[in-house]
Amino acid sequence: MNNNSLWSDALYRLTRNRAAMIGGLILVALIICAILAPWIAPYSYSYQDLNLGASPPSSDHLLGTDILGRDLLSRILYGARISLLVGFVATGVALVIGVSWGIIAGYMGGRIDSVMMRIVDVLYGLPFIIFIILLMVIFGRNLWLLFGAIGAVEWLTMARIVRGQVIGLKNQEFVLAAQAMGVNNLAMFRRHLLPNILGPIAVYATLTIPQVMLLEGFLSFLGLGIQPPMSSWGTLIKDGVESMEEYSWLLIYPGITFTITLFALNFFGDGLRDALDPKTSDN
Amino acid sequence: MIAIFFKRILLAIPVLFAVASITFFLVKAAPGGPFDADRAVSPQVLKNLNEAYNLDASNWEQYVDYMSGLIQGDLGPSFRFPGRSVTEMIATGLPITFELAFYAILIALLLGVLSGVTAALKRNTFLDFIPMAIAMIGICVPTFLMGPLLVLIFGINLEVLPVSGWGQLPGDKILPSITLGFAYAAYIARLSRGGMLEVLNQDFIRTARAKGLTERMVVIKHAMQGGLIPVVSFLGPAIAGLLAGSFVVETIFQIPGLGRFYVEAAFNRDYTMILGTTIFFSAMIVFFNLLSDLASLMLNPRSRDSS
Repeated sequence: MNNNSLWSDALYRLTRNRAAMIGGLILVALIICAILAPWIAPYSYSYQDLNLGASPPSSDHLLGTDILGRDLLSRILYGARISLLVGFVATGVALVIGVSWGIIAGYMGGRIDSVMMRIVDVLYGLPFIIFIILLMVIFGRNLWLLFGAIGAVEWLTMARIVRGQVIGLKNQEFVLAAQAMGVNNLAMFRRHLLPNILGPIAVYATLTIPQVMLLEGFLSFLGLGIQPPMSSWGTLIKDGVESMEEYSWLLIYPGITFTITLFALNFFGDGLRDALDPKTSDN
Repeated sequence: MIAIFFKRILLAIPVLFAVASITFFLVKAAPGGPFDADRAVSPQVLKNLNEAYNLDASNWEQYVDYMSGLIQGDLGPSFRFPGRSVTEMIATGLPITFELAFYAILIALLLGVLSGVTAALKRNTFLDFIPMAIAMIGICVPTFLMGPLLVLIFGINLEVLPVSGWGQLPGDKILPSITLGFAYAAYIARLSRGGMLEVLNQDFIRTARAKGLTERMVVIKHAMQGGLIPVVSFLGPAIAGLLAGSFVVETIFQIPGLGRFYVEAAFNRDYTMILGTTIFFSAMIVFFNLLSDLASLMLNPRSRDSS
């Protein structure tokens, strides 16, 4: 284990962490199911068999059907596409904003840094959930707006983490050497700083995805997120709640799927953090 | 210390002012007027309505008008509920939401601190693993799933607790409070475990033990003061989360609190109500963040001295 790089070392530790590996496998399986949904789902998500109505799980419909006779398994599979897409895209938005903000603030330092971080402090204290609701109400329930709005909320912590890391790197020899060679700022960010902070970024991004999915679920539950006939897991849970007294499977199966996914993401994220930074793994 | 407090309050005023202004113009930018919703109104009625609510004036005039009302605590009339002012509606809903949030925080603190501290003291025993596993469940099962599941189990199947309402039937406050508090109990348990573990290894704890204090005294008087700082700093931001949680919980359990008003206003496009509650929520959150920062400052002697 002498010549191993940070990443292969981390990979070794990650594969030894059983909870993280199980989480990772579940995630991979879910992503594959979501991508292949149109081919593997037994029915279309909008196909209605009104004669059937809400029927409990059977051999034709493994997880039963909803009130309109739509196959629940198919709807969960299609819902995975939306829920995971929101999770990844919104996290991507947060990543781009947060990382750029943090690198610039940390590297520039001085007044630029203090103004930029002051802005982050102020934004931290505001009720962003309310602003997302406001945006959804005013500009309609648009999927892309949802991505943007959630991403625009979640970048703050990322900016703080990245800034801290960059300040730690700033005075190291390789950065000073690059400065002496006249490397311009953009190249400095891309070639020298970014590769060295990928670890914490990857960890935090993995832990942001479940938060984003929760937020989407929350909005969809209130009826302010994804609109029918499209469905995310949040809207499925909302529909399930409305009819849970008679048809409890409509709440239970989407609920289980959502919870397992969040578990998987959290365990994988924790495992990744422990693998990349063994110092923190003890508590 | 007092200087810091006042500095933060002074900073909060322009922030709230900016929030109010941005929200105001966002709402103004919304497509469609407040009265063209479900049934068509005749042009004459519309004109009268616009006049009555001063919607004919220029945006700038309306803004100045609204802001001067705001300073006096007047948030304007509700578009949906004629004759009722937004301030009045907030005043009706607020006590209920506060009560709910109070019980939730109480449950969260009791459960969270107790299990977190126990887990840290009995590290790597089943008294550590089981509460932490439950805490993981609390973090992964969202409020909007936890609530309905509790209703399904205790309200519908076991029929031991009412499924909705607030203060009408005995015991109807139990499920909403638990639903809202559980997720926070989970976070607090994890935070207090982490904080306690860090403190328990430090020299002053060894000194306290060495001078012969009972374990109980060591934990309560020395370790918990430092170990629970993360919990205190978590409480400020948690208020914002509680608010969002109250939207869900009040919707599930049909509680007539501020959260439900807000969600309904969002659906009805009751713009003045949205505007008023947004500003009110922001002010509340800024205030609670301030309080929690101040409390952490007071608990942490190091930051107290450096200030």
